[in-house]
Amino acid sequence: MRSNVSQYDLIAPGSLAAVLNALADSPGEFTPIAGGTELMVALGAGRLEAKKLVSLWGIPELRFIEVSEDAVTIGAGTTFTDLRRHPVIASDFTLLAQAASWTGSIANQNRGTLGGNCVNASPAADSPPALLVYEAELTLISASGARKVPYGKFHLGYKKTMLRPDELLYSIQLKRNFSGYVSYARKVGTRNAQAISKVAIAALARVHGGVIEEIRLGAASLRETPARLVATELALTRRSVDAELGPTIAAARTALAGECRPIDDIRSTAKYRAAVAGNLVEEFLRGL
Amino acid sequence: MSAITLTINGESKTITAPPMKRLLDVLREDLHLTGTKEGCGEGECGSCSVLMNGELVNSCLVPVLQAAGANVCTIEGVAVEGRLDAVQQCFLEEGGAQCGICTPGMILATHHLLDKYPQPTMAQIQEGLAGNLCRCTGYKRIFNAVESCAKKSHA
Repeated sequence: MRSNVSQYDLIAPGSLAAVLNALADSPGEFTPIAGGTELMVALGAGRLEAKKLVSLWGIPELRFIEVSEDAVTIGAGTTFTDLRRHPVIASDFTLLAQAASWTGSIANQNRGTLGGNCVNASPAADSPPALLVYEAELTLISASGARKVPYGKFHLGYKKTMLRPDELLYSIQLKRNFSGYVSYARKVGTRNAQAISKVAIAALARVHGGVIEEIRLGAASLRETPARLVATELALTRRSVDAELGPTIAAARTALAGECRPIDDIRSTAKYRAAVAGNLVEEFLRGL
Repeated sequence: MSAITLTINGESKTITAPPMKRLLDVLREDLHLTGTKEGCGEGECGSCSVLMNGELVNSCLVPVLQAAGANVCTIEGVAVEGRLDAVQQCFLEEGGAQCGICTPGMILATHHLLDKYPQPTMAQIQEGLAGNLCRCTGYKRIFNAVESCAKKSHA
């Protein structure tokens, strides 16, 4: 059943300061809406709980990509199209560029924002695995100030984040120090294009002399939040990826089975997700 | 209710509507521009595609207040003085339109694609139209229409 739109209110104060003031004046009353690719779907399906919304669309202070020598800072209102068009994202953060390219269709990429993808906090979202392995730092902002938090700490539980009711995600910062890493990303969905993932992995590794010095694995749809696979990373660190890969792969599969908690839902089964996750990690290891 | 002014196909319009009303419904119900179709209503099928400030968007996912001040182009704004434009003509000639529900969105997605890539590769055509579902043509004739249009504009 479609919602009755006249029961909903939307304000568009037009500037970051005005949005923050609205949130501070009545904490918890307004739900921010950026490109609407999530909340408008809920509205159409008659399941949008928020009745008062505040628009973040068209606020220039939230839509930017700032490049310095050692970092890239991305405004939360940056669209997936903006990310795909940016040369430094393409050169330095291929996992994020890749995730942006497989988020919905062109029309959805023109509206969907990186900040929205984080705050919506779906465990199946496309960009979080990349942001987790790049160890992004978030800036959260409110009328009373800003605070920085590691993205790895942002997700507290299923669809639950550390954002306070008066706060917005302001920006996402990535350090530019991944030149010596091998990267890998693969999303497994029902179709090649325009599908929500059944399971996805973004990964980085630094290999020296045939030994994994460092490995980072970010996953979608394997736990109740987007998550790093820390036990698997630990099991793989200092492992050899030279000729005999068998023991390395076995160690990875055992650790992964112990830490992934996939579920059965409309898109897939827990069993399939766990099996595919193991195969993806193996595929990454075979490519090192 | 909010009074919202936007430019539709080059003409300034002011409508009064709930701010969360979908741009799609404002186009169809308030402005009687029924060329924009509703398919899925959840941003998956592209039938309701329009150009907003030159960018392809699903109008079913745009609350009309977010279109305030924007330049919106719908299928009604594509033909020039009542004559089909080049993209429409190519869809007609190549059999790229059958039942017609996806066609307005396909035409606008094609405009968006050719603006970006005037001579697109097949991969670019397929990606550019991946958000527009067609259940009649099997896509081949649509791709032919886009290719033919790119070729003609190059000639």
